[in-house]
Amino acid sequence: MERPPVVSPVGTSVPRVDGVAKVTGRALYLDDLDAASAWHGVTVRSQVAHGVLEAIDLDPAFDWSQVVVVTAADIWGKNAIVLIEEDQPALVPIGGRVMHRDEPLALVAAPTRARAFAAARAVRPRIAPLPAVFEVDDALAGAGRLYGTTNVFKQFLIRKGHATDAELDAAFAGASQVIEGTYTTSPQEQMYIEPQAMMADWRDGRCHIVGSMQCPFYVHKAMKALLACGPDGVVITQAVTGGGFGGKEEYPSMIAAHAALLAHKAGRAVKIVYDRDEDIAATTKRHPSRTRHRLAVSATGELLAIDIDVVMDGGAYLTLSPVVLSRGVLHAAGPYRCPIVRVRGRVVATNHPPHGAFRGFGAPQTTFAYERQMQKLARRRGEDPLALRKRLALRTGDTTATGQRLEFSVGTDEVIAAIEATAGAPPVRDGVNAQGAPVRRGRGVCFYFHGAGFTGSGEQQLAGRAAVAAVGGRFEVRSSSSDMGQGSITIFTQLAAAALGVDAADVTVIDPSTSRVPDSGPTVASRTAMVVGGLVERAARAVRNKLEAWAAAHDFDPTGENPRPAGRAVGDPTPLGGSLVEIARAYAATMQAELVETISYEPPPGIQWDDATYTGSAYPVYGWAACLVDVEVDLDSYEVAITRCVQAVDVGKALNPAIVRGQIEGGTLQALGWAVLENVVYKEGKVANANMTNCIVPTFADAPELETILVEVPYPFGPSGAKGVGEIPMDGPAAAVANAVEDALGCAFDALPISPEAVAQARPRWGLS
Amino acid sequence: MKVTLEVNGVERTVECSPWKRLLDVLREDLRLTGTKEGCGEGECGACTVVLDGEAVNSCLVAVGQCHARRVTTVEGLARGEVLHAVQRALVACGGAQCGICTPGIAVCAAHIVDHDLIGECDDQTARARVRELLAGNICRCTGYQLIVDAVIAAAHEALRGSGSEGGAERRADNGAARGGDQV
Repeated sequence: MERPPVVSPVGTSVPRVDGVAKVTGRALYLDDLDAASAWHGVTVRSQVAHGVLEAIDLDPAFDWSQVVVVTAADIWGKNAIVLIEEDQPALVPIGGRVMHRDEPLALVAAPTRARAFAAARAVRPRIAPLPAVFEVDDALAGAGRLYGTTNVFKQFLIRKGHATDAELDAAFAGASQVIEGTYTTSPQEQMYIEPQAMMADWRDGRCHIVGSMQCPFYVHKAMKALLACGPDGVVITQAVTGGGFGGKEEYPSMIAAHAALLAHKAGRAVKIVYDRDEDIAATTKRHPSRTRHRLAVSATGELLAIDIDVVMDGGAYLTLSPVVLSRGVLHAAGPYRCPIVRVRGRVVATNHPPHGAFRGFGAPQTTFAYERQMQKLARRRGEDPLALRKRLALRTGDTTATGQRLEFSVGTDEVIAAIEATAGAPPVRDGVNAQGAPVRRGRGVCFYFHGAGFTGSGEQQLAGRAAVAAVGGRFEVRSSSSDMGQGSITIFTQLAAAALGVDAADVTVIDPSTSRVPDSGPTVASRTAMVVGGLVERAARAVRNKLEAWAAAHDFDPTGENPRPAGRAVGDPTPLGGSLVEIARAYAATMQAELVETISYEPPPGIQWDDATYTGSAYPVYGWAACLVDVEVDLDSYEVAITRCVQAVDVGKALNPAIVRGQIEGGTLQALGWAVLENVVYKEGKVANANMTNCIVPTFADAPELETILVEVPYPFGPSGAKGVGEIPMDGPAAAVANAVEDALGCAFDALPISPEAVAQARPRWGLS
Repeated sequence: MKVTLEVNGVERTVECSPWKRLLDVLREDLRLTGTKEGCGEGECGACTVVLDGEAVNSCLVAVGQCHARRVTTVEGLARGEVLHAVQRALVACGGAQCGICTPGIAVCAAHIVDHDLIGECDDQTARARVRELLAGNICRCTGYQLIVDAVIAAAHEALRGSGSEGGAERRADNGAARGGDQV
């Protein structure tokens, strides 16, 4: 039988498998599910930043019929959102401590949203206030006793090339130049366009939770503890998810807890969909940070030593802060050669709402600091900024701050060359913009890296699994990786189809549900395509091998024309003709069963990490990127317009170039927004701009045309050579913008965002650096 | 109160408060859930529909204002299984990622393309014009680049199509499918 060979879809921009459903509005997000009988849940929050909950009163004037009220007293399991620690309650109990202004205290559900909101307003918590702590320096001084005795959630110390602080001091004493700076970054809202949404329903003695989320098994773990049940007592299913960016990594567990408790008490399904203001005010954001950075430089311009101190504001509970800080400190020294490095990092408790995961996960904060420092070094030396980076950058054979020797997939030269080739002449310094205002222009570059996958031994400890099954004549990919827009179901379809040698149309990636898929780990850390995709590829290959062996053993010829070729021995293991789809169909018909292959993660060789000393292979591989930004500062309005942005990113292998471009461009614009216009403003611990009118993100009109250059330096242990790409575009562009504004105005900008107010305040310093 | 309006070419009557948001009438009363709510204050554009030839945020429109008027939602863009040129281009270019803003963008972009709001100009100007016309629709996933590519591609297709008889017919058909909204 002659069939045209199936063209491998890997490396081509096949359209997204969910594309048509999304452009027609047929994709069903949580709030679109037909749940006519579901009640609506609303959360009663503290409105006091720090205090003790004394009582919760219900307004006797309110009609409480057809309303369910839940407090901590209704929780029969563990009153905690279990993640790394168990410090955050699902609801503050009477006598318990209120830790931030939007802390959940009680829940109500009612047949309509309007009635639920009215009921929530009739719930009156009484809180005895305590002094609140909003400044990290106050927290570091031990104010408020918010966490332990020190308020420090976690600290790290990295030492490279020295054993004592005295040795580090000696290196600085011997330097011909020391570059020193303090860099601050603001909190950033993920601003996924679908607000957080979750629905729970108790059926058959089990709690069924469906919602918008990144990590079904994180929710599962938290619910097992809260509901005091075994793994089968609760089923978590991801609905189509309208963006996450880290914002739906941890907080969905809180909302799932609330929905589950309300549904249990109400005896019916309960849906919780946050309003935008509630979502901005209460859910996690990027950690604000302060990084002190010192560079010791020799007379010839070599880096002698780097000394960094990072402090992040973790907010009221520990959440994922230790891991965010970890990634921050591991990237803090940057992708540069340096024999002596010290990085100290602390994340501290305050009475802000907890900060948490957001694309980049600590690395954008420290990248901003080191790339400002490199810019200052270039200016001080009068050296071309890109040439300086090229001179000092890590390459194969060099070691990182943790002593990791880079063995492969180091795209330094390729990404820098790509920027050099496309840079062109810098913009003319002075001019007039389209509105007729005088402008000053500048150019900035940056170079950076991002560790792909979990830190250190994280993947080994997690041992994620994924499966491919032959079901009838079709193939199913089963993993807990969620597609929140980044395109993983399309990438998995491509990888499985290529490994099986079948058409992409014969492969389905099923919706992640904890009762139907193995735990592949959370959808975070730029690990989905690289790590889980690798598992999918191997599982698909295993299914193919099994099916082909079965076909050969049974002398199966799907065409029926040639049952046993002349001279072929019975049971000859070499495959006969017929497509894998036909073999799978025959297998299903004969065996009356599906064929499933589940693959567990195995680390690539040479991965060694010491968690005690923070030395070794911090990440299995790194992505590398360089960025060029041109800006135009309006001298009347002080607005910074980004007129050009070019990014060259080493992705190992672009499994689907259009999807990879979409990832890079989306991340880049989030970084550009963070640089010049995004900010979450706290006033006394409350988000003062909790709406989209004031908590702005870039629009079509704000965004420059983005130039994206995909560089492929293959990762030998990634599927088809691919490595992580989701987060790296977020890391560098903000520094490139700051470097460009410095170039334009001749003074340093070391705090984000570089808003018109910041430019105006800097006016006395213009031209002085 | 009873409000009668034409939605995607079909006359619909709903009985509700005239203050009910058009968005909620579409989603709850008519079960047209393609129109999304992202912010409820007219900033994100996820709820964009075309009301008598004008793209509006349906979260800011009271249904009482819509009596005897024509509404086009994302469900009205395709003709049967044949997608609107803008929808096809969004799929082909990778202009939809998480997809929650996509219905609003598709409605607005189809309006732009169908009524040739970009006008005759060079590509750079056309792209700037698309960005201006879509500035009321926020997408957090794409960085906008691939969406602009898609709208330009769809506009080119429409322009080529309108030069031929078949294309003109397709345009007319699209207009009918969208409820015949006109400028």
